[in-house]
Amino acid sequence: MKGYFLLAIIVMIFVIIFQIAKASEYVSVLKGEEKTRKQNNKINGFMLVAFLVAGMIGVWVCNEWFYKMTLFPQGSASVEGEKIDFMLYLTFAVTGAVFVITQILLFWFAYKYQEKDGRKAFYFPHNNKLELLWTTVPAIFLTVLVVFGLINWFKVTGDPPANAIVVEVTGHQFAWEFRYPGKDGILGKKNFRLYNQPSGNSLGVDFNDPNSLDDIHVPSNMHIPVGVPVKLVINSMDVIHDVGLSHFRMKMDAVPGIPTTLWFTPKYTTEEMKVRTGNANFVYEISCDQMCGNGHFSMRGTIVVESMEDYKKWLDAQSPEYYSLMKIPDPNHPLPADSTGKAKPDSTNLTAAVVKKP
Amino acid sequence: MSSAVTLQDASHHAAHDAHHEHHHKETFITKYVFSQDHKTIAKQFLVTGIIWAIVGGLFSVLFRLQLGYPDSTFPWLEDILGHWAKGGKISPEFYYALVTMHGTILVFFVLTAGLSGTFANFLIPLQIGARDMASPMLNMLSYWFFFTASVIMASSLFIQTGPAAGGWTIYPPLSALGDASQGSKLGMDLWLVSMAMFIISSLLGGLNYITTILNMRTKGMSMTRMPLTIWALFFTAVLGVLSFPVLLSGAILLLFDRNLGTSFFLSDIVVAGKVLPNEGGSAILFQHLFWFLGHPEVYIILLPAMGMASEILSVNSRKPIFGYMAMVGSLFAITILAFLVWAHHMFVTGLNPFLGAFFVLLTLLIAVPSAIKVFNWLTTLWRGNIRFTPAMLFAIGFVSLFISGGLTGIFLGNSALDIHLHDTYFVVAHFHIVMGVASFFGMFAGVYHWYPKMFGRYLNNTLGYIHFWVTIIGAYCIFWPMHYEGLAGMPRRYYDYSNWESFKMFGGLNEFISFVAMIVFAAQLLFVLNFFYSIWKGRKVTTLNPWAANTLEWTTPIRPGHGNWVGEIPEVHRWPYDYSKDGRDHIMQDVPVGDDESHH
Repeated sequence: MKGYFLLAIIVMIFVIIFQIAKASEYVSVLKGEEKTRKQNNKINGFMLVAFLVAGMIGVWVCNEWFYKMTLFPQGSASVEGEKIDFMLYLTFAVTGAVFVITQILLFWFAYKYQEKDGRKAFYFPHNNKLELLWTTVPAIFLTVLVVFGLINWFKVTGDPPANAIVVEVTGHQFAWEFRYPGKDGILGKKNFRLYNQPSGNSLGVDFNDPNSLDDIHVPSNMHIPVGVPVKLVINSMDVIHDVGLSHFRMKMDAVPGIPTTLWFTPKYTTEEMKVRTGNANFVYEISCDQMCGNGHFSMRGTIVVESMEDYKKWLDAQSPEYYSLMKIPDPNHPLPADSTGKAKPDSTNLTAAVVKKP
Repeated sequence: MSSAVTLQDASHHAAHDAHHEHHHKETFITKYVFSQDHKTIAKQFLVTGIIWAIVGGLFSVLFRLQLGYPDSTFPWLEDILGHWAKGGKISPEFYYALVTMHGTILVFFVLTAGLSGTFANFLIPLQIGARDMASPMLNMLSYWFFFTASVIMASSLFIQTGPAAGGWTIYPPLSALGDASQGSKLGMDLWLVSMAMFIISSLLGGLNYITTILNMRTKGMSMTRMPLTIWALFFTAVLGVLSFPVLLSGAILLLFDRNLGTSFFLSDIVVAGKVLPNEGGSAILFQHLFWFLGHPEVYIILLPAMGMASEILSVNSRKPIFGYMAMVGSLFAITILAFLVWAHHMFVTGLNPFLGAFFVLLTLLIAVPSAIKVFNWLTTLWRGNIRFTPAMLFAIGFVSLFISGGLTGIFLGNSALDIHLHDTYFVVAHFHIVMGVASFFGMFAGVYHWYPKMFGRYLNNTLGYIHFWVTIIGAYCIFWPMHYEGLAGMPRRYYDYSNWESFKMFGGLNEFISFVAMIVFAAQLLFVLNFFYSIWKGRKVTTLNPWAANTLEWTTPIRPGHGNWVGEIPEVHRWPYDYSKDGRDHIMQDVPVGDDESHH
């Protein structure tokens, strides 16, 4: 009922505005159209310059309110991301200046050169010097941006250092799964045709490959050590997903059939970030950044960044997937696998576990 | 400017006068439905475009309702939408269908067909001095193919599984697999068939525009005497004709993958627990095919708006457009570059970084012709004698939005920065401002400016001013704050952010944006009301040239019939921008050059 009432009010407002507009047309005919036109011109000229001033204040207010809500004041949480932050500030400096200058010129000219009795417009069809100026100056600034951009692009997309830890990330509708290479440091082969063979082999790992035997499979929550480069090998089981790591300023698509990679070096542990952001619930999140279906918005993964010591402790506690899938007891982990935090796909539990950690 | 008249011009001139002699007897059907008059076809495109714009805009209001008020329910939604909004809350499925349809409708049906379809059809013959298009028949077919595409797309809204829901970019495998999404069932087939029809429409139109501009200019109308609107529409048509077929091929291959078991885009897929047999395809291949159209498409949308803004700024500043040749040159540069930058949409797909570097360079190169255009527009205003008609206000708003949205393109085109900003609200803000709202402003400017020529009546000025001010203030309030959300990495196409520690702080901002979006939508309805009301009840035009403009369309009768000019088509003696020259307010293109006139 409230909805229909609201609708009626809106329709009323429409009718009123429309009637006023129609009436103003009749009034303008009575007053003399030329006079009304000049009056309108003055009002709109003033409005344009008022809009400029209000707009610039609006930009400033937005900065005050929203800039601290972005991730930039705390700085990048990865070493490589600092290059991206630098690019942002550099680009912001260049474009910000252009934005302010051109918007002021636009609205100021419109206001200053509004129609006035006796004013004659200046016949000024072209001027090659001016045009050359505003071809070359932007070209120079853009060259600077391209050069810095490409230097950083090649650094970020280049090969990771040799000591990088490798973690495989696999996306599927609508969750993330992680695989660690185990003691041998080599990820075993996969083949999508082996999906669910044996039952529960959700990544299609090929257990005929001896490298697979010590691989560790973890759902939803990834652990990585601080200060060490991490290389993610990214896959998808079904549609295109995207590993979005906004705190690390990293992003890479997960494409079925075409593995991709990205690498970065985390600078702060999760605990340190809680202090830096002043948010006790802070958690590194993996967002899916490529439309992947109805659950796209809920395709959330988390990352625990911890000291090397804690990371090793955590890794040692994990049992290779081989044992649970083949239903063989793990010689190194006599306890049932699910008491170690493995095979718990429920991400809320895991987040809770993260928060509890010292 | 050369005043040489080619033989070709003269012979066309004669042929068309002859053609004009025998009038067909026109019935209601041939006059208003299957009309071959370019002006009627233009109006058909415009009215269809307006209807689609209302639908597409309404969809955005619906999904903004979910984004702004994720915790609220609106029982009346269930009354209207049934199972799409059980309990008064839009379902994720329906949300994604809305987002997808909003994009598809506005990009293709409104800002391509509604914009170029309307103004290319309306202005090309009138401004170059031709009685009609080169092929009025193809022109008519162009509209009816568009109409067919519209019907098919609209029908997909009413099927059981709903319309396509994988985003307007329809990336496979999501769009190829019915098991991956409800919207990828019948809705996707209808989307693809509709798009094939749309592409045919666009090709028929485009070929016609190019042919007409090249061959049917009146005596004296050399290429360098054409108004910038015509140049812009010419390059738009070239872009469409060369890039739309690539999307057609992509759409057909996708139809094959969906229905015939091919593997162009599919490989290594397990969906809904089933291992698919497809191997060897590449999902990325589709993105190349899509964006080879998709990026030029941005300019197909933007160039007509640039052309019209140039014309309207010049007319209402009572000054020649500054740097005509540079304006044409920059349009040409943008057209060429538009074909060479498509992979900047794909920096994070695992593209070879070396290849990415070329796309960075070429993408940022576009900023140079764009800068030329902006500074030339500013100089056009400088020392003018400016009249703020609603059309002029929208043209000024266009420049402002083009600056704001264009500058953020410099962030996104730089691949290193794109890693962080890709697929976030920064992108949403960028393209909505520069391609969405700016082009809409160009379109509004065009409608307000040429409405008297279309219908012989004026739009209501007061409503025009209200429309402008609500829209520009609202557009900035909606899209400016989105940049901050994007800087925080807030992803696009999310149904709900409240479970995300990194993004949930923007809940209040999202509510504000949704609120403003509704007001702006309401202001557009005011425009629609003004548009239809004024066709029959608007103030009548009583002079031939109400804006005191120089171009040829204002030499036709107030309501030109089929054939446009009574008697001979005027001969052109000068460029269209002689405003305030030698102390004369304006000198129309068909006025011979006097002996005492100064040369610029």
